Amino acid sequence: MKDKIISNQREIKSKVKDYFARSLVGIELGDEDDIFELGLVHSLFAMQLILFIEKEFGIELEDDEIDLERIKTLNQITSLILRKLELQC
Amino acid sequence: MLIKISEQAKKLQTDVRLFVEREIIPQVQSIENDGRISEEIVSKLAGNHLLGMMIPEEYGGQNIDPLSLALLHEELGQGHTSVENMLTVVGMVVKAITSAGDEEQKKRWLPGIAAGSVIPAFAMSESNIGSDIKGMETVAVKGDGHFMLKGNKKWITLGQIADLFIVFAKCDNRGAAFLVERDTPGLSVVPMSPTFGLRGNMLAELHFDDCQIPEANLLGRIGSGFNRVAAFALDEGRYTTACGCVGLGKACLNASLKYVNQRKQFDVYLKEHQLVQKMITEMIVNIQTAKLLCYQAGTLREMKDPTSISYTLMAKYHASKMANLAADYAIQIHGAVGCSTEYAVERYYRDAKIMEIIEGSTQLYEMQIAKNPVI
Ligand SMILES: Cc1cc2nc3c(=O)[nH]c(=O)nc-3n(C[C@H](O)[C@H](O)[C@H](O)COP(=O)(O)OP(=O)(O)OC[C@H]3O[C@@H](n4cnc5c(N)ncnc54)[C@H](O)[C@@H]3O)c2cc1C
Repeated sequence: MKDKIISNQREIKSKVKDYFARSLVGIELGDEDDIFELGLVHSLFAMQLILFIEKEFGIELEDDEIDLERIKTLNQITSLILRKLELQC
Repeated sequence: MLIKISEQAKKLQTDVRLFVEREIIPQVQSIENDGRISEEIVSKLAGNHLLGMMIPEEYGGQNIDPLSLALLHEELGQGHTSVENMLTVVGMVVKAITSAGDEEQKKRWLPGIAAGSVIPAFAMSESNIGSDIKGMETVAVKGDGHFMLKGNKKWITLGQIADLFIVFAKCDNRGAAFLVERDTPGLSVVPMSPTFGLRGNMLAELHFDDCQIPEANLLGRIGSGFNRVAAFALDEGRYTTACGCVGLGKACLNASLKYVNQRKQFDVYLKEHQLVQKMITEMIVNIQTAKLLCYQAGTLREMKDPTSISYTLMAKYHASKMANLAADYAIQIHGAVGCSTEYAVERYYRDAKIMEIIEGSTQLYEMQIAKNPVI
């Protein structure tokens, strides 16, 4: 069970990382880098990120979950997606 | 990119075209003179289900797909830009309620909007705040089971007749959106004079003087007002405005094609002059590129693709600039008569300018497109 969660987590993180790499050309992100603080992200990108998460992982984010304060790093985004996917199971 | 327009969408386009010819075109002069869209037009828009096009069926709407919506606005944009913009505003409010509202709020407001018994408005701009919404001055203070709203809004389309306002404010320095009913104590609505274009928009200023809003009227949550509610509503507004601009461009082209076939100078029709042909060519190509960007944005919206946000922005940017150039050329081609109210092109020119300012100005898009390149 724990192994499955870890492998899911890796897969999710790698998909999100790929998305960032495609969208923020030429920038390598660390797991705990604050994407907003680094000035990488603006409101337009944040909207695209929400659409990406919803489409790629087949989840619907609640209004409460789209708190930009709480999805600032790759790790935070990955945990949010994992939590939602687990709830769906 | 494969753009596929369904038979159903084409049928809707034909129906809307007939509606515009029958119900809007004959009223254009009165919209211009009176500075308002008459109750009769509003009830015909509702009667023909045009106000509920984006509303889910369970709340009394039609819930049409994005490409159908594009064709609808393209046709309306050829008729009168204020009518097109009225539907844009309705669409923005509907988007805000459907994406952030709770079940109670949806049930309460959406059926009325679809039926035309609730006219909604979108209240973001203020006298000191336009593009920079983070600097908003209207504030909401949380009380016991309610919020106290204080501040002002300006340039609010449909404000003169709206029954329901989505009002954006800062609460504890975070963005928030509220559903505010017209008869709420502390809210006063002051009609504004029409602007030189979009003369039928029925603009108003809103003043909130310790206006008490029940907690149940908070749309979304504190903190999601700008990033979620406003951002996605404005995205919807950009899309339909872009499509309205395509319609406006087409209206400029149609008027110009008609005129170059009628007017002779130097013994030949204007259409024979190569410099006139240059203007016509630019109009045609620019309309087509704007249309393609709109349809591409529409296709991506249907797929819920993240890049739909960027394509929508580019579509609005390009289509509103295109409409300005098309209107400019249309006046040039008409010469003096183009500057008189005898021909519609002077209205197109006035309306096109405003389309470059509303739902985000050209300069703001230039910054955003550059920062978020789509390659
Ligand atoms: C007919 C009409 C209907 C409207 N309806 C509504 C409505 O229903 N609801 C609503 O909330 N508002 C409405 N508005 C207001 C509209 O949304 C604003 O006009 C728009 O957001 C621009 O704001 P502003 O006019 O205050 O211009 P400002 O933000 O003051 O900008 C002025 C100029 O400076 C430029 N500028 C600003 N910032 C920058 C920058 N950082 N870099 C470069 N250039 C910059 C802008 O592009 C613009 O050219 C309406 C306006 C009109 C004319």
